Amino acid sequence: MAKDVAVIGVGQSSFVRGYEGSIRELAFEAFREAMQDAGITQKNVDASIFCSAPEYDKQRSPAGVLAEYLGLIPQPTFYIETVCSSSSSGVKVAYSMIKAGLHDVVVVLGFQKMSEITSAESQERMGRGADIQWEAPFGTMMPAYYALYAQAYMAKNGLTHDDMMNVRIKSGTYGQTNERAVYRKGVKASDFDASNPDARMAGAVAWPIRVGDACANADGSSCVILANAEKAKAFSKKPVWILGIGAASEAVNMAARPDFAKGLSVGYNAAAEAYKMAGLTPKDIKVAEVHDCFTIAEIMAYEGLGFAPMGEGKQLIREKATYKEGRIPVNVDGGLLSKGHPIGATGGSQIRTIVLQLRDEAGSMQVPGSPDIGLVHNVGGVGLYGNVTIFGR
Amino acid sequence: MGFEKFGRKSFTGVTKTAKFVDLLTEGKVEGTVCKQCGAKFFPPRADCASCLSKDMDWFEMPKKGKLETFTIAYYAPFGFEKDCPYTMGLVDFGELKLFARLSKDLKPEDVKVGMDVAIKPLQYEDGQMSFEIAKA
Repeated sequence: MAKDVAVIGVGQSSFVRGYEGSIRELAFEAFREAMQDAGITQKNVDASIFCSAPEYDKQRSPAGVLAEYLGLIPQPTFYIETVCSSSSSGVKVAYSMIKAGLHDVVVVLGFQKMSEITSAESQERMGRGADIQWEAPFGTMMPAYYALYAQAYMAKNGLTHDDMMNVRIKSGTYGQTNERAVYRKGVKASDFDASNPDARMAGAVAWPIRVGDACANADGSSCVILANAEKAKAFSKKPVWILGIGAASEAVNMAARPDFAKGLSVGYNAAAEAYKMAGLTPKDIKVAEVHDCFTIAEIMAYEGLGFAPMGEGKQLIREKATYKEGRIPVNVDGGLLSKGHPIGATGGSQIRTIVLQLRDEAGSMQVPGSPDIGLVHNVGGVGLYGNVTIFGR
Repeated sequence: MGFEKFGRKSFTGVTKTAKFVDLLTEGKVEGTVCKQCGAKFFPPRADCASCLSKDMDWFEMPKKGKLETFTIAYYAPFGFEKDCPYTMGLVDFGELKLFARLSKDLKPEDVKVGMDVAIKPLQYEDGQMSFEIAKA
């Protein structure tokens, strides 16, 4: 496994509802932290990549605007978009630029200010991140699409509502200790009990998905600074190397998808590529961040990443194997479910968590045993895009 | 023009497959088949993804299939709120699949994965044309 490109700095804003500032100020928060983490100045940065999903804020072509605000002109800057996996895609592009020898140090900044529109408008926009010609006319939205997978898992793989609830309870366990998370309360089974009038999470959104099965919209930014081996060794005492990087795409229309009881193909296809490049297997992964936009998505990710056999993802949550002390800790920062999901910022935030884990700097979220290999699984749209990236010390 | 009449609310006005809406008014739900290589597509395409031919023909979709999965929307995106709750699902015909809403005649509690279903054209009261999954 080659150690050619490393992460030398990571940063993340707090994920919040209603950020009190504009997108350039939001971007600054993650950028400042990552630059301080890397111990470099803007003169050391050769290029920048900005990542978000369009139509939340009004700024068109945000890369130039944000590059100026962050003091990154006149260096080249780019805009990369794969909806919810935008910043992971940005990291793949940055990796490619560095490997090609075009640039030595590249900043990847993901951002999203979702609070500029209402929740219903947000659902409509996310729905249009799928097939607007043939599916949006039926009134589709993200929870409904993921519910199609959840329903198939319940019918064919024996998945239960309690299994999905237990994924949410796990995320609450860690989200309540993550000071950057938007949802900082613990979650109890009674929160999902429809007979309990105070249950916050029992309401049906798109059956079988309930309120508590869905992640929260949030405003936030993330920043990952990548460097080639020479600069990484010069700037960083604890570089975290990219060992494997995989990406995949899938048919946008549900009618062209393979068996829904086998989960998202982009998950297993991107994972296969990343494992092959890294020369590693699922058993080598010590800590993982997976794209739990809905509880079902975490179960599907367990299988796609090879942590559990196909159809058996439910066993991991039943056995608590994905808790911090378990066989394969997953989303011990609260995941998208509790930390929040500011679309374009999510991948970079997942990468930050894994980098901190591999540096033994994750504080109360630190996985015991000083993990040396970590994985990030970041999905865009309804499995339209998938990115799997493997990191090592 | 013409495709703005497709579905509860269309987001696409112009497409080379707009004849799909005319076919719906004739009571037909059709996909496209490539005249060069025979690849079949639903939803319809004007161009073949397999051999890159632009020479396509229409064919009538099977009328009966099995419900592979479904969801009941209790919350709707902007512009669809008045329809709640509504059920959407995926029908597997073997060779092809189809995504659509389920008929209001099918009660949510009676909908089961694997059940036999039929496909029917549908006209809304405002004149919009669509198709739906109904009882077999």
